[in-house]
Amino acid sequence: MGIRLHVWGERACFTRPELKVERVSYDVITPSAARGILEAIHWKPAIRWHVDRIHVLRPIRFQSFRRNEVGAKISARNAASAMERGTTQGLGLAVDENRQQRATLALIDVAYVIEAHFTLTDRAGPEDSAAKHISMFNRRAEQGQCFHRPCLGTREFAADFALVPEGGALPVCELASDKRDQDFGWMLHDIDFDHGNTSRFYRAMMRDGVIDVNACLAEGSAR
Amino acid sequence: MSTPVTNRYEFVLFFDVTNGNPNGDPDAGNMPRLDPETNQGLVSDVALKRKVRNYVALASGNRIYMTEGSTLNLHHDEAWKAVMPEVTKADEKKKLPKEEAKARALTQWMCANFWDIRTFGAVMSTGVNAGQVRGPVQFSFARSVEPILPLEVSITRMAATTEADAEAKGGRTMGRKHIVPYGLYRAHGYVSAPLASHPSKGTGFSEDDLELLWQALDQMFDHDRSAARGEMATRKLILFRHDSALGNARAQSLFDRVSVERIYQGQPYVIGSEGTGNLPPARHWSDYRVSIDRADLPQGVEIIER
Repeated sequence: MGIRLHVWGERACFTRPELKVERVSYDVITPSAARGILEAIHWKPAIRWHVDRIHVLRPIRFQSFRRNEVGAKISARNAASAMERGTTQGLGLAVDENRQQRATLALIDVAYVIEAHFTLTDRAGPEDSAAKHISMFNRRAEQGQCFHRPCLGTREFAADFALVPEGGALPVCELASDKRDQDFGWMLHDIDFDHGNTSRFYRAMMRDGVIDVNACLAEGSAR
Repeated sequence: MSTPVTNRYEFVLFFDVTNGNPNGDPDAGNMPRLDPETNQGLVSDVALKRKVRNYVALASGNRIYMTEGSTLNLHHDEAWKAVMPEVTKADEKKKLPKEEAKARALTQWMCANFWDIRTFGAVMSTGVNAGQVRGPVQFSFARSVEPILPLEVSITRMAATTEADAEAKGGRTMGRKHIVPYGLYRAHGYVSAPLASHPSKGTGFSEDDLELLWQALDQMFDHDRSAARGEMATRKLILFRHDSALGNARAQSLFDRVSVERIYQGQPYVIGSEGTGNLPPARHWSDYRVSIDRADLPQGVEIIER
């Protein structure tokens, strides 16, 4: 059973893994990010979302900005020893000493329709039926409910969403007629969590404003 | 600590700047950030979060992980010793060696001890993969209501840094400051309750923490005075409180209820409408009017003005 979700936002950054220090976004949302948006609305270990099609509704445009960021991660080892000592002294991170200025080349003014379905996983119990999960998702999406606020790639770019009801018309695609067929090259499809978190890539082709993820995957993928 | 937050919130924050630089752009020689397409001013999410953290460190006994400058005072540690003297080696023995349990204990301890990790989340992954914590509170970029005009102001200093400079320039050097004469900024934010209260994913972000967040948003600029910032102030904070954790209405429909008009000689004008370009530039909060549409409010949503 499939769902269609209209998502949009002022900015988005679907970071290319090869350009992630100074982040550069892909031209369009990745199936992985789209799955994350669906999971922000409804997800249980019993189900897994599969993104089937992505409709690109707005012209692809970029904007750059640079921010002061922190170049360090919280050290789990320090945290463990602090737990042992029972004090948080010296555990803080002085941001001024770990400064990195990083640019982000983000997308602006994006809108997509995500078409997806889910399958039940082996963690599904007897009480998990497809109908139950689909109606939970639809109810939440319709009412604007979410487990946490979905985002367009990174959390500072919050996503607005609306359910495209079954049989309802899709939002208008504003892509210029000569921009509707594009080859985006190799893009991240998703992370394969069953096989040591390896990345899977696929050749993303847009035909008439629509990326048919399954058709692209059928033509080949790479790890 | 009080109970974790179980209501979803959205909030709209209005703040303004007078003759200051609310957020410099490192890419543009520290000029105020601008949206190059609309000339509206921007303030990044991280700039706002920094101020919230600074305020919380200043105003409460909570510890902040991402500190600015020197780490917090030592006497806070006294409090911690008093609050949790049990976390010692005895516990360490009891702890399962299993990595996942260990990781979770670590993350929860960090959440319990640091306000900013509880609120905004953190990435904790060196050695043991404690994964990352997503906090319930999320900010987006703030944007000025109307286009802004950044000014570059040249200033002189009656002293030089080096002797060579002193000789060459007669003991004087020039510098520059960037200011925005006036700008009213609007920021949107979200509080996702399940990330606070979920039994395994929740950070334990509590009602007290939430109250402190609202207080921080209200007063953070009052404790962030500097030569660069000019006069900044929170002007209005509007909260949308949902009855449930998942929410009772679409976020965007709630944000749309808050609108801003330009006021000139008592007359309201729709921003960006024909003719507003001929108005003298806004220079004060009173040149704007914020209104909230309270009609037909979705059930289970409450508007709180602070």
